[in-house]
Amino acid sequence: MTTTTQPPRSTGHSTGVPAAPARNGTGTFKQRAHDKLHDAKVQRAMRNFNLAGARARAVDEVPNFEDIRVTGAAIRDRALANLDVWLERFEREATRRGTRVHWAESHADINRIVVEIARAANVRKIIKSKSMVSEESHLNDALEAEGFQVVETDLGEYIVQLARETPSHIIAPAIHKSRDDVADLFQEHHRTPRKDSAADLTMEARKFLREHFLSADMGISGSNFLIAETGSTFIVTNEGNGRMTTTLPRVHVAITGIEKVVPTLEDVSCLMRLLARSATGQTISNYISMNTGPKQAGDSDGPEEAHVIIVDAGRSRLLGSDMQEALRCIRCGACMNHCPVYQNIGGHAYGWVYPGPIGSVLTPNYIGLENALDLPNAATLCNQCGVVCPVKIPLPELMRRLREKQVERGLRPWQERVGLKAWAWAAERPAIYGWLTWVAARIGRLAGGQRRLIHRLPGNGWTQERDMPAPEGATFRELYAKRQAGRR
Amino acid sequence: MKVGLFVTCLVDLVRPRIGFSALRLLEGAGCEVVVPGRQTCCGQPAHNSGDRAAALALARKVVREFDDCDYLVTPSGSCGGMIRTHYADLARDEPALKAAVDRLAARTYELTDFLVNVLGVQSVPGRFEGTVTYHDSCSGLRELGVKRQPRALLGMVPGLEIREMATPEYCCGFGGTFAVKYGEISGRIAERKCEDIATTGAGTVVLGDLGCMLNIEGRLRRRGDTTTRVLHVAEVLAGPDE
Repeated sequence: MTTTTQPPRSTGHSTGVPAAPARNGTGTFKQRAHDKLHDAKVQRAMRNFNLAGARARAVDEVPNFEDIRVTGAAIRDRALANLDVWLERFEREATRRGTRVHWAESHADINRIVVEIARAANVRKIIKSKSMVSEESHLNDALEAEGFQVVETDLGEYIVQLARETPSHIIAPAIHKSRDDVADLFQEHHRTPRKDSAADLTMEARKFLREHFLSADMGISGSNFLIAETGSTFIVTNEGNGRMTTTLPRVHVAITGIEKVVPTLEDVSCLMRLLARSATGQTISNYISMNTGPKQAGDSDGPEEAHVIIVDAGRSRLLGSDMQEALRCIRCGACMNHCPVYQNIGGHAYGWVYPGPIGSVLTPNYIGLENALDLPNAATLCNQCGVVCPVKIPLPELMRRLREKQVERGLRPWQERVGLKAWAWAAERPAIYGWLTWVAARIGRLAGGQRRLIHRLPGNGWTQERDMPAPEGATFRELYAKRQAGRR
Repeated sequence: MKVGLFVTCLVDLVRPRIGFSALRLLEGAGCEVVVPGRQTCCGQPAHNSGDRAAALALARKVVREFDDCDYLVTPSGSCGGMIRTHYADLARDEPALKAAVDRLAARTYELTDFLVNVLGVQSVPGRFEGTVTYHDSCSGLRELGVKRQPRALLGMVPGLEIREMATPEYCCGFGGTFAVKYGEISGRIAERKCEDIATTGAGTVVLGDLGCMLNIEGRLRRRGDTTTRVLHVAEVLAGPDE
């Protein structure tokens, strides 16, 4: 079976994106999931991870949260329906205010554009606040290869950078790490006495990061939204690092996807009612930074150069397709916070940038269906994700459609295809089906033995972690026929 | 009132007694119950595996077999959800079938939902001594809104006490073929459910879907719990067969 960690094969529209680094885990999805399930540290961290409860409390405070979800979805749909119009409006307004707008068609373009900007501005040190889009292109690796020093400033991102890993969650990047792991990392990299408490560790990171904030030449951020009517970028953070990244260095570069544009500030205010509550259960994030152009005459702070890189890298293919709803995503992470699969295996098992249900939809769309065969299938379709999604993305339905596409393109294993066909053939023929189940009920009953439990089934998929309660021994069909005969 | 009982393929093969419990409950409530003899499966395994053609063929079959019933009632939120919320999309390119599907979907009910919201039953024949905890299966809960109905009915059973687990709406990890394709992950999710059940101290876990029952019971037994009973809500409500 193809896996998401192997270099993607060309799909005709591939953006040549490199796969996730091996340091996150190796092998197929199943192997990575297996490794994470047997990694005591990851398991302890995942057991302690619970943003679902916080969300539930925050949502309960808003009596019309469901109405806001409906409105939020409509706002995103309105933007997506005329995406070109809003992007051009954004470009016009941003340019008018002195921002330089760049268009990146591919992941390689992102890295090339950032390197060009950095070279032209004689940049040596770069600080970053969170940008998942830059994770798609492995921007840090590309910049380091060109000789730039790159420092992540979101605490979680900083931790995974020290560990030479990538984020395992889109808003809680180091959720797989324990306090002990962090203490070890800081001791090793900061060359300071080991700290034990979270407060001490945070203060130490703050001290080290402060130096970087003050000495960096360029700041790179993402942008949660692009506001078309004002040409502004908009970021949501809890640590304040985003504000310093976008204002202290001489050059600010915001990188975000084409789908992040929204028409108006009013739209953003609605989406903000959804975002923090859905993500962390906060009523609002600690910081909201809206940046409109570079420093103007009379401004006390701000960058001398402001750039926005607007990234396609597979997104426009979803427009107008049966996958378009996925582009509504506002990256709150609620789907993964509520996903029983994610909660057990963690983010790295998914193999690419975005984990959890939204990752299982975006990854095959962005890097190729054939390069992520497991992801849409590795879900129970319990629809907890769909129920909590603040913009009502029908995530299980999108995963199901991806499964259909795999079948249509003949990408499923032959055993599965033959098995399904044979089962469906029989299920359409009640007489044959009745005979087969008559046999199966008896074999199953025998296999269950005294305790009426089957300990091993062919393939061992089911019985790897559980027994199979044995059938009663006769089918409903035959028992019902007997009952009806007895009544006549 | 002519009620067509959709037994479900799992009940047919593995636990016929659930089907008979449903039958007795419906007959006891005064329904004329028919069990279309050619029924097999609602097509959900094919639908969730991406085999649209096979799912459509089985949807067509179910629609035909239950066309002359006033209601289709099934002891499964999963199969009920398939018929009520997914058949329409399968039939989208065939107007005649789509119309028939829409008619059937509007008459399709999960068993406890039907007993409470259509029949308005005020008593049930079952008796039960002990404490039970109720697991909300995902499809019934999130596709059909089955939450209050089984609890209301269980509340009518003399001697039965319900003690809620911490997260009754958390998936048990079954997910149909998911449980076979990703058995290890599925087993871990089931383990969390079993821990939640064990913490309640209830001697019995009750639920409304056989797939989830087999998953939970299978995991309970594998982790060494030989005593906690796993029962379908229909079995508890109908009581033992006379």
